[in-house]
Amino acid sequence: MSTTTKLDVPDSATAKASPAKPRRGLRGSPTLTFWLFTGPFLIGLAIFVYAPILWSLWLSFFEARFTVTPDKFVGFDNYVYMLTNEDFVGSLGTFTVFAAFIVPTTWALSLGLALLVNRLRFMRAFFRSVFFLPTAVSYVAASLIWKMSIFSGVRFGLMNTVLGWFGVENIAWLIDPNPPWYWLVIVTARLWLQSGFYMILFIAALQNIPEELYEAAAIDGAKSGWQTFWYITLPQLRATSTAVILLLLVAAYQAFDEFFNLLSKTTWGRPPLVELYYKALGESQDYGAGSAGALILTVLICAVTLLQGKIMGFGRGDESK
Amino acid sequence: MSASSNMNWDRRNVLRAAMGLAAVGGLAACGGNTGRGGGSGSGTNLTQMFHAYGEAGTEQAIKRYAKAYKDANVTTQWITSNDFESKLFSALLTKNAPDLFEFHPQIQMVKSGQVADLTDLVEPVKDDFNPADIKSHTVDGKIYGVRMIDDPQFFFYRKSMLEKAKVEVPTTLDELMEAAAKLTTGKVKGLYMGNDLHSVNDTLIWSSGAQHLDEKNEIAYHTDGVVEGLKKMRRLFTSGDLLLGAPTESWDPSSFNQGLCAIQFCGMWAMPAIQDALGDDWGVFPFPKVTDSGKPSVYNGGWSMFVNAKSKNVDAAKEYVKWLWIDQAEYQEDWATSYGFHIPPRTSIAAKADKLKSGNAAEGVKLFNEFGHFDNIGWTQAMRTAFEDVFANSVRKNMDPEKALDRCDTAVNRELKKLFG
Repeated sequence: MSTTTKLDVPDSATAKASPAKPRRGLRGSPTLTFWLFTGPFLIGLAIFVYAPILWSLWLSFFEARFTVTPDKFVGFDNYVYMLTNEDFVGSLGTFTVFAAFIVPTTWALSLGLALLVNRLRFMRAFFRSVFFLPTAVSYVAASLIWKMSIFSGVRFGLMNTVLGWFGVENIAWLIDPNPPWYWLVIVTARLWLQSGFYMILFIAALQNIPEELYEAAAIDGAKSGWQTFWYITLPQLRATSTAVILLLLVAAYQAFDEFFNLLSKTTWGRPPLVELYYKALGESQDYGAGSAGALILTVLICAVTLLQGKIMGFGRGDESK
Repeated sequence: MSASSNMNWDRRNVLRAAMGLAAVGGLAACGGNTGRGGGSGSGTNLTQMFHAYGEAGTEQAIKRYAKAYKDANVTTQWITSNDFESKLFSALLTKNAPDLFEFHPQIQMVKSGQVADLTDLVEPVKDDFNPADIKSHTVDGKIYGVRMIDDPQFFFYRKSMLEKAKVEVPTTLDELMEAAAKLTTGKVKGLYMGNDLHSVNDTLIWSSGAQHLDEKNEIAYHTDGVVEGLKKMRRLFTSGDLLLGAPTESWDPSSFNQGLCAIQFCGMWAMPAIQDALGDDWGVFPFPKVTDSGKPSVYNGGWSMFVNAKSKNVDAAKEYVKWLWIDQAEYQEDWATSYGFHIPPRTSIAAKADKLKSGNAAEGVKLFNEFGHFDNIGWTQAMRTAFEDVFANSVRKNMDPEKALDRCDTAVNRELKKLFG
């Protein structure tokens, strides 16, 4: 700011030519500037996020079948229905198991990849791109590849072909839930899609760790390898790890695409969003019950996020480093 | 300020303007994409929604008929995704809903005022329609849809494979299970009924001697026969004789045509494609009886045209439905027999459909007449889903069929209570 104030002093001749002139407009009204930059985003947020949430809240107290403008008030009936619905409650359980597994696995895999790529002397950019590339693939496209070619149940599916060399019978990966092979399909698809992105975050964090720390540790007698990793690298990555875990949890909560595309007409392996889609918003068209379920889910997500922030200290900034 | 205001179009201002425009444009776009044509011709614009038929030429045919209509511009939305129901149901809630659409008769659409009464269209030619098709579209004396095609669904089998394995055409579910076992070899699975088995849900109920709902619209599928059928299906599912995880669903004859299975559950529409692929090496048979008291059954599915009662152009849409699906006999015959095979619901057109009078097509028509069951308009999509869950729970997963049916009862009763009080 101080530099622009100084620029006001020169005479009008230089001011005319000065490219800094338009900045005066911005500086003139910080409030206007604030709204100008945040406005479009806030409008979008209000229209596409807050309005639907409020509408959901309203809908959840009505019997809204085949309409989003209902008139029959039913109080908490929809909440009671959703909370006593085995499928919905079961889906919350499914999600918990899924999140408990996928979050640490993705975290570990992307950290592992980051450490490997970071140690590379040559071709680093190549490997970084190769591992990052799947992030650009759509979940739907990846699901179809996993479903139709890799984990197809017929004898010419990739996995079944490989197993066939060892004389193993064909496995209907996605169709037969005993044993639950479908988890293998879902987890591998998700790992492939997500790890690259978090790997990039870890690489950035790794490059931010000052070299002096390692040098000091070496002088103090820390062995390179496990010891250095455990006492230097990992603590230095704490802020990034926390962010990654939070992002992974959010991603797990949002799980929809690959479940929806990989599993059809099942009553298992449905995260809450898929369950809500099928039971309420899809074919049954029960918007009241669906909204009630969505709000229950929203409350749960808020609670978990706050709890996680409290435990892991996300957003506390530098002190957590 | 005054000096620079002449040349206001520097980067920042341009950016500002662009952002403002983008914001306004984005909001305007919310109401802009109606999927309708440019409105180039005269008269009203209508939108119709169809699910994607698998046969080549179907989309072009529907668009060709629409183009031939002079009184309105009819645009077609051709929905290629698997969940046509969900797409349609959610579209119907919006302002961009189609004015007319194809679907199956389901009472909740009548009760919630989503489909228009088409009695005045159908009444004059009522006697020319298959009476079962009229009945399945009637609620309280009013007719709510115009049937376009009837689609009987049954098993297709490879004659040569059955002969080689010395297997007779099955007449009971037990025989079907035995046949599946005998027909399964290294590369060929005995039987394919779809990956999720939901295409045989209805026939299992009928072949067990039960029905979905009774005359009083109460649950009628929860019988000992159905429980027995579900147990047998579970044995079949775990036998290793079923084709599972195939790339195409059972409505598509590809698995059968490519020799992945010896027997496949599919529909009459697939006959031309199967004839092309396999010549005369195939036959058809109904879903065999499950219990001694049961009877073989065929699901007479099909598609009907409905008019969106909340459309702004109800009358124009009705006019179009009348023009195409009541008056244009030539197009109706073309639609029923030129791509996939379907049975025309109009007796007069069915009588002229020579392609359905010989060979396996004639056999299909015979099964349709002899063993066919039509949709019960009281059996809604939500109930359909609830019964699909029974198959998922007790056939694919190992839940006790009684328990799975009890859960289905709860869901179906909730729907019934809302529909019929």
